Amino acid sequence: MNSSRLLIRGGRLIDPAQGLDEVTDLLIEEGKVAGIGKNLKAEKAAALDAKGKIVTPGFIDLHVHLRSPGQEHKETILTGSRAAVRGGFTTLCAMANTDPVADSAAVLEVLQTQNAKVGLVSILGIGAVTVGLKGETLTEMGELETAGAVGFSDDGMPVLNAGVMRRALEYTRMTGLPVIAHCEEKTLSGTGVMHEGVTATRLGLAGIPAEAETVMIARDILLAEAAGGRLHIAHVSTAAGVELIRAAKARGVRVTAEVTPHHLTLTDEALGHYDSRFKMNPPLRTAADLEALRAGLKEGVLDAVATDHAPHSKAEKEMDLGGAPFGVVGLETAIGVLLTEGVSRGGIPLSTLIASMTSRPAKVLGIDRGHLRKGAAADVTILDPEAGWTVDAATFASKGVNSPFLGWRLKGQVTDVLVKGKIVLRNGQFVNGEEK
Amino acid sequence: MTRWTRKDLLGLEELSREELLLILDQAKAFQQVSLRSIKKVPALRGKTVALCFLEPSTRTRTSFELAAKRLSADILQIQPSSSSLVKGETVLDTARAIEAMQVEIVVIRHSTSGVPAMVARAIRSSVINAGDGSHEHPTQGLVDLFTILEKKGRIEGLNVLIVGDILHSRVARSNLWGLTRLGAKVTVCGPPTLIPTGIESFGAKVSYRLEEPLGAADVLIALRLQMERQQEKYIPSSREYTRLYGIDREKLKGAKPDLILMHPGPVNRGVELSPEVADGPQSVILEQVTNGIAVRMAVLYLVAGAHSGSADSPVDAAVHPEPFESPQGKRSLT
Repeated sequence: MNSSRLLIRGGRLIDPAQGLDEVTDLLIEEGKVAGIGKNLKAEKAAALDAKGKIVTPGFIDLHVHLRSPGQEHKETILTGSRAAVRGGFTTLCAMANTDPVADSAAVLEVLQTQNAKVGLVSILGIGAVTVGLKGETLTEMGELETAGAVGFSDDGMPVLNAGVMRRALEYTRMTGLPVIAHCEEKTLSGTGVMHEGVTATRLGLAGIPAEAETVMIARDILLAEAAGGRLHIAHVSTAAGVELIRAAKARGVRVTAEVTPHHLTLTDEALGHYDSRFKMNPPLRTAADLEALRAGLKEGVLDAVATDHAPHSKAEKEMDLGGAPFGVVGLETAIGVLLTEGVSRGGIPLSTLIASMTSRPAKVLGIDRGHLRKGAAADVTILDPEAGWTVDAATFASKGVNSPFLGWRLKGQVTDVLVKGKIVLRNGQFVNGEEK
Repeated sequence: MTRWTRKDLLGLEELSREELLLILDQAKAFQQVSLRSIKKVPALRGKTVALCFLEPSTRTRTSFELAAKRLSADILQIQPSSSSLVKGETVLDTARAIEAMQVEIVVIRHSTSGVPAMVARAIRSSVINAGDGSHEHPTQGLVDLFTILEKKGRIEGLNVLIVGDILHSRVARSNLWGLTRLGAKVTVCGPPTLIPTGIESFGAKVSYRLEEPLGAADVLIALRLQMERQQEKYIPSSREYTRLYGIDREKLKGAKPDLILMHPGPVNRGVELSPEVADGPQSVILEQVTNGIAVRMAVLYLVAGAHSGSADSPVDAAVHPEPFESPQGKRSLT
C-alpha cells in the first residue's frame, strides 16, 4: 500500500476549508492531493475503500505536552506520535515546558532531530515566552522563529508580570506568531485543586475560582489590544472567558482561542470520588460553563479544539488529590469523545467539529495545513462514524493512562491515517513495522 | 432493626438517618464499659487496628487507641516520623502493605481531603476516616450528635449554631450532614472569607453576624481558629476575629439560658472561646471528650462486624444496644 498513487474511494469527504461535505473520491500522488471528484479514474493507483467512512484533513492539535526532552518516563516522541496517529492527528504543536525548557533554538532543534528519527507525524515546536518559564526575561523570539517555532507559550505557567506580557505581545508585531496564553492568576488559584463551587465545598477541597482564569484573559486581551499583538488563549474553561473573547473579537482584537475535549464534556462533579484522573488545570467547571463552551465553539468564538494532552506516570497520578499533578491525556480519545458527546448528543455540527480540528487551528497559526486542496500535503484521516469502542488504558499508545474517559463507551473511531501520502494507520493498526 | 453493612466509615454525608441512630444506640451501650472497674470487653479480640495518623493529632488518636483497647483489639501505630506515607512512596502502596499484614481495620487521619476514600477503594480492610483535610471528621460529628442527644434529649427541631472557620473545617461538614439528617436547623456563622461557596445548598443558613442566630440557638459549636489563617490573609487579625466571633460571657448574655456550648478541641483560649466560658456551666467540652471513646468503640465494633460478615461477634450482653433514653425517659429522636 505504499504506491505513489492512492485512490481513496467513496468516502464522505469533509474539508471545511473548501466548504466540502460530499461523498466523493480523493486521489493522492507523490504524497500530495492530486484531485477530488466522483468516480475518479486513476491508473495503477492503489485503492482504499472508504465507503461509509468520513474522510477529512489530518487533525491538528495546537496543544500537546510531548514531555521530550527530559521527562521521557511520561511520554516520548514515539509514544506521543503513536497516540496522535491513533487519534487521527497528523500535526502536533509541542509545548515548551520540557526539561530543558524550549527557550532556545538548540532545544527546538533537538525536538526536530528526534522527530526526524520517528517521523510518524509533523511536530511543530512552540518556543517559551520567557527564559526558563520564569516570567522575567523574554526569549530570543526572532531566533526561535528561525528555528521553526510556530508560537510562544509558557504554558503550565502564566506570565504573571503584566509588563513582561505586554513586551511579548508587542514583539509579536514583528514575528506575526501568537503568544499562547495560559490564563491563570496565581494569587486567585492558590493551592486550589478543582473548580471552586458546591462540589469543592462538599469534598472539602481548595477551589480555583473562575476568576483565576477570567481576570487574566481580560488582562491579556487588553494588553494585546493596546500592543496590536497576536494573542491565542489556551484551554478556555469558563463562560465568562468565552464572553470576554467574543467581545474582544467583535471589536477587532487579534485574539483566538482553543477549548479541550474534557472541558466540552465533563463538569466538576466528576471529581466527586476524589479521582485524580479528573484533576487538570484549568479545572473542570460547571454545567453552565460547559454549555457556554459548546456555544462558543459552534459560533466560532472558540476557534479550535486542542487536547492539552498531558501524560503523567501512573505512580505520579496515584498520589492523593492534593499531591497528584494536574493534567490528562487526550490525543487518543478526542475525536471519539467529541463525536459521541459533542456531535451526537451535544448539538455541535459535524462540520464545525472537523473544522475546529483542521482548518481553524491551521488559521490560528497561519500555516498552510488542515485542508485537502490540490497540491496540499496529503495528511488525511479516515473515520468510521459507526464504530463503537470502549476506552481502555491497556490499548493506549501513549505512556500516560491518566484519561478521564476510561470505561466510556464511544461511537466513532479513526481507522486510517495518512501522513504526507504515506499510510501510517490502516484499519486501526500501525503500518510499516509500526505494529504494536 | 437496621443492620450495619458498610465496610468503611468515610463520612456522615453518605449515612442514612437509621445508620446514624444505629451508631448512637451502640455507643450508648458501650458507654457503660468505661464506667466499670475492668474497662474491657472481648469484642475485637484477635483483630488488629492500625492507627495511621499522618497529621499531628493527640486527642483523636488517643481516643481511638483507648476505644480499640477497651474492645481488646491489637493496635498498630503508624505515625509520620515512622512512615513514608506522607510523601514519596504513594499512599496506596503503604495501605496495600498494611492490608497485606492482615490488618482488619485501618483508621486514617490525613491532611488531604479524600485520602481515606482512596485507600478504602484500594484495600479490603475496613477504613475509618479520623479526619481528612477539610472534608469530614465523622467520628467527631457522631460525638457531637451523641453529646447533644444526652444533654437535650432530642436533635430534631433544635437550633444549632456553628461558629468559625467553616471553609477549612471538616468538623463543620460532618456536623452539618449529621445534624440536618436528624432534623436539626443548622446555621453557620463566621467572616465571609471563611464561609465556603454554596454551603446553603446543603441546608445550612449563613450568618456573618453572631448576635441574631445566637439568641435562637439551643446548641453552639465553636470551631478552632487555625493561626495560619491570619498569615494566609483570610482574616485581618485574630484580635478582630475574637471581637466579632469569639464567645465570651458578654455575648452569651443574649443566648438562651439552657444553651450548651461545644468545641471539638483543642481550644485556643481567648480566641474563639474566652477561658471563663470554656470552663463555664454551659460548656460540655469535656463530656465530648469522654463520649468520644464510646462513640469510637461503637464505630470500630460495627465496622468490624461488617468486615468479618459474622452476626455472632463475641460480645457480652452488656454491650447490646438499648434504645437511647432521653432525660425525660422517652425516646424523642423522632
